[in-house]
Amino acid sequence: MTLLDLANPTKFLSLTARVLPWLAGATAILLLIGLYQSAMAPDDYQQRATVKIMFIHVPNAWLSMFVWGVMSLSALGTLVWRHPLADVAAKAAAPIGAAFTFLALVTGSLWGKPMWGTYWEWDARLTSVLILFLMYLGLIALWRAVDDPSRAARAAAILTLVGAINLPIIKFSVDWWNTLHQPASVMRMGGPSLDKAFLIPLLVMALGFSLLFVTLHLAAMRNEILRRRVRALQMMQASQQAA
Amino acid sequence: MIALAALIRRDIRIALRVGGGALIGVLFFLTVTVLMPFAIGPDLALLTRLGPAILWLGALLASLLTLDRLFTSDHDDGSLDLIVMGRTPLELACAAKALAHWLAAGLPLVIATPVLGLLLNLDAAATAAVALTLLVGTPALTFTGMIGAALAVTLHRGGLLLAVLVLPLSIPVLIFGVAASQAAISGPLSFGTPFSILCALSLVSFVIGPFAAAASLRHGLD
Amino acid sequence: MALGPYATFIVTSYALVAAVVLILIVWIAIDYRRQKAQLRELEASGVTRRSGRNATDIR
Repeated sequence: MTLLDLANPTKFLSLTARVLPWLAGATAILLLIGLYQSAMAPDDYQQRATVKIMFIHVPNAWLSMFVWGVMSLSALGTLVWRHPLADVAAKAAAPIGAAFTFLALVTGSLWGKPMWGTYWEWDARLTSVLILFLMYLGLIALWRAVDDPSRAARAAAILTLVGAINLPIIKFSVDWWNTLHQPASVMRMGGPSLDKAFLIPLLVMALGFSLLFVTLHLAAMRNEILRRRVRALQMMQASQQAA
Repeated sequence: MIALAALIRRDIRIALRVGGGALIGVLFFLTVTVLMPFAIGPDLALLTRLGPAILWLGALLASLLTLDRLFTSDHDDGSLDLIVMGRTPLELACAAKALAHWLAAGLPLVIATPVLGLLLNLDAAATAAVALTLLVGTPALTFTGMIGAALAVTLHRGGLLLAVLVLPLSIPVLIFGVAASQAAISGPLSFGTPFSILCALSLVSFVIGPFAAAASLRHGLD
Repeated sequence: MALGPYATFIVTSYALVAAVVLILIVWIAIDYRRQKAQLRELEASGVTRRSGRNATDIR
């Protein structure tokens, strides 16, 4: 089924209805396996058991950036190719991405207190992720401020693309600046430097959270399409009553 | 070219008129800078250490305040539609408007800095450093702020949303502006490094600002 | 499973993640039901879609 077929909202809704239960099930299974593996993971030599926070902190951090990337692709879909479902995808993704960013900040803060002795530090990585969170909130505010959905979509698309500049800054901030946050240990040249006992649970949790995002995103897109149907019918009703 | 020059001259003249709002920015800058010592306390040594940060914050907020006017007054009297439909490329028109706005609203902030430096117990070298970073940094604030102004132009209560959209994009300018000032005054870091990054931020904003603002205006005004 | 001296931090983190994920799921589910209810109401009051199909039909 090509992207063009998916442009039809009705076809998209029927596909979603079929796929969603399987996605939800797969997500639950993966997350349960990941949680079990995280519980069974050994203690770190220095951090002891607090290393277990890594298994929920890192997937949320990866997703916070990944979701902005998905929104940027949707933004291109809106502005360049005018794909009909692109703005539905963008609008649905924003609150979910904001939630993941919030979780990344909070779990990171709770990990930082035992590890570094402080809940917060104004270093490059933390500051740029906080800026990302503020941009998510600004984007959601922009979506809600404009009444006409297609005009809101174009404004939001431009803001999303401008904000995408923050993504490489976040990724490379730990390399460019001397920061308190540790440098990359998984996505780097030369492969992961994490021990397999930690890497496997981390990757399983990351996959589980990614599937969680896809499930939530498709469900939210379905809601948004229905919301637009409601709006269209309400406008029809209003014009019928006025006539 | 002539059209752009005319646009710049028109904008500056409007901004400098009585209700135009250019000098209100300086007044706000002064007010904020005067408020800070009341909040922080009269400890002169502390004010000297915080001086560059206070001046930068004041300049940032003052430029945010005046950004609202960049497009709304033109939108209200219909001339924004004429500019969008005109033969001059919209990106260049946006850049011209931003330049005019900076000349009328941003440059006075830089000029006011030495006076305000006295209030904060900054010596001549420190004030000069802050003024130089503001000279280079306020264009970045104006050009990135223009993106928010273009996005919010069609909204009625757009002012606060504009601030929310623009502030995350302005944070790097603030960080490097203060870092450069501090480096010139005291720090072990060289002045050159944060200053070059500040210049780079401004140069990047000269390109991205007009393109994003033009796209917003085109998509938003129908 | 001994969680060491920082057990509260670990448990709080996991609990917060679980709570936020649950809130997301519940919010999306409630929104879905609300939209379906509104569509049913509109259908009942006689407004029809251009295609003539049932508005609440998602297949």
